[in-house]
Amino acid sequence: MSMHTSITRRLLLAGLGGVGATAITANMPFGHAQAATPVVGFIYVGPRDDFGYNQAHAEGAAAVKKMKAVKVVEEERIPETVQVAKTMESMINLDGAGLLFPTSFGYFNPYILNEAKKYPKVRFEHAGGLWTPKDPKNAGSYFGYIFEGQYINGIIAGYASKSGKLGFVAAKPIPQVLQNINAFTLGARLVNPKATTQVIFTGDWSLPVKEAEATNSMIDQGVDVVTMHVDSPKVVVQTAAKRGAMVCGYHCSQAALAPQSYLTGAEWNWTDLYPKFVTMWMKGETIPNFYRGGFKEGLIKQSPYGPKVSAEARKHADDVKAKLTAQQYVIFKGPLKDNTGKMAVAGGSELIQTNATDEKLESMHFLVDGVLGSLPA
Amino acid sequence: MADVGIGWWGVPLAVAAGAVRAGTPFLFVSLGELLTEKSGRINLGLEGTLVMGAMSGYGTAYLTGSPWLGVLVAGITGSLFGALHAGLCSLPRVNDIAVGIALMLFGTGLAFYLGKPLIQPQAPTLPALHLGWWSSIAAVRDALKINGLFIVGALLAPAIVWLLRSTRWGMIVRMVGDSADAARAMGYSVDWVRLLATMTGGFLAGIGGSFLSLYYPGSWSEGLSSGQGITAVALVIFARWSPMNCFYASLLFGGAGALGPALQSVGIHSGYYLFNAAPYFLTLFIMVLTSSSEHRLSGAPSELSITR
Repeated sequence: MSMHTSITRRLLLAGLGGVGATAITANMPFGHAQAATPVVGFIYVGPRDDFGYNQAHAEGAAAVKKMKAVKVVEEERIPETVQVAKTMESMINLDGAGLLFPTSFGYFNPYILNEAKKYPKVRFEHAGGLWTPKDPKNAGSYFGYIFEGQYINGIIAGYASKSGKLGFVAAKPIPQVLQNINAFTLGARLVNPKATTQVIFTGDWSLPVKEAEATNSMIDQGVDVVTMHVDSPKVVVQTAAKRGAMVCGYHCSQAALAPQSYLTGAEWNWTDLYPKFVTMWMKGETIPNFYRGGFKEGLIKQSPYGPKVSAEARKHADDVKAKLTAQQYVIFKGPLKDNTGKMAVAGGSELIQTNATDEKLESMHFLVDGVLGSLPA
Repeated sequence: MADVGIGWWGVPLAVAAGAVRAGTPFLFVSLGELLTEKSGRINLGLEGTLVMGAMSGYGTAYLTGSPWLGVLVAGITGSLFGALHAGLCSLPRVNDIAVGIALMLFGTGLAFYLGKPLIQPQAPTLPALHLGWWSSIAAVRDALKINGLFIVGALLAPAIVWLLRSTRWGMIVRMVGDSADAARAMGYSVDWVRLLATMTGGFLAGIGGSFLSLYYPGSWSEGLSSGQGITAVALVIFARWSPMNCFYASLLFGGAGALGPALQSVGIHSGYYLFNAAPYFLTLFIMVLTSSSEHRLSGAPSELSITR
């Protein structure tokens, strides 16, 4: 009996080893396959069809795949740890990638910075807008003023809400999230000066159960329009719709999940940007190290309005969107008070979206009047 | 619309509703683990089983249109994982904890791999029983939307108490868990009993997973479990191998998880990381209170490798 089992175990182990070995050899194009076709690598922090952040990037990668004479390699679910450094190295050394898009915010420092120093011939493009002139020149960071879209979301929400209570499920209190919360609230207050936004921070980018709890408890408090800044808005959208509340989406369109309750959404438009960057890179042009844009540059777009959006709301939102696109509109305009009563933006001064080096905008750390919530000091 | 806020009452309400909603997966996994441990084996792989159950249940519901069939398939998947664990552990010189860890990684990895095409589509979800029809407050009505699985789980806990105490089957399981030699002397096959206990445990854990993907939050994603299976295994020790305590502990953990968001929604904003850590805090606190230097882990089956 014991003889028998030990043989099977050994056989099993041998079998497993064999399978492992073939899998490795099959994936390894021995040597640096620095072939004629240029290779572009995309790295995502989550699954690429998450109805959210990663899907928006993967749609951009899909647009690159459609281009001629370029090969795309992708890897998903790479945590913001030393793991991403390993993934970048394997894309560079094994796949021969010359341009990398590690798309998650936390990849930049130190992982991209280290790899950029180590591989000066490889180009690194990071989504998040963290690059500063001190950083390696073969790295770059791009970002969209997606809060312009959240501002439009706010206008639509201001019209749609009956209670004047809006809700925002947020992951972490970092500047990009706060810009969205504030823009959403200011947009709503344009329509209804008494509107408030209840914000709940869940603490991390993807916590489905906590996001559902947050949505439920806000709706219990009378909130009737919900929006969010988490990696995958799917759970928030579905939970809100189940409870009969309306939603404004984020990252990409979630209209398919709740066609009746979905009002509109602020979406990334990487499908335009990525082919543009890849073309520049293939031609040997330099991609700007610091690239920003909003509606005008086509880095973001707005989901089509849902059935519950009134004609009046559509018109107002379209008007503001046209002005934003023409860059004749500033969202954060003084005098602007924060929700503790302090002056956040002094009268007469403006935090202009296109002024990408505006410190106050880049490092936003306040919640405007009308937001119910507070920030860690 | 009568949809006015309910203010401070929202906190106890959210905690109570959260206890039921978020506590159900804990309940199923911990009851499953309890059965397994009563037979003298620890199955740490239930995290993987939970995730596999969530994935297979969601996939089945999506393909067939029947969420209840999804629950069944999730259970069957879970029991297959249980059988795998029991099968591997019955080989000589195999450690159940190591196998459990391997199966945890295997289960989550396999579920993520097979579940890739399921992240996008929407599967039909389980219906809720509307037990709040008597209330005019929407929030109360919603908090009392209770899923049938919770009720099943709540009835299962006393049923397992009775099973273990008063039935022949239950006594055999306990005997195998307390003294394998005695069971052998009585002519029972220890491996066979453990196989069945682990499979039943896996079945329950799989159902716990299907509750996550088919009811609350009600969609399949890779972050769905975020360690709930492992927490539930720890709950069994915390509950001192008593099914009723598993029930209370599950409610406690579910409710504690809802505390952070609920407090933020009524205006307590500071320290939300601390509130989010409430379940773990609570565990430590109760562990310290109930621990004793005089007697060790009362109620633990003596065949368990951690107590032996």
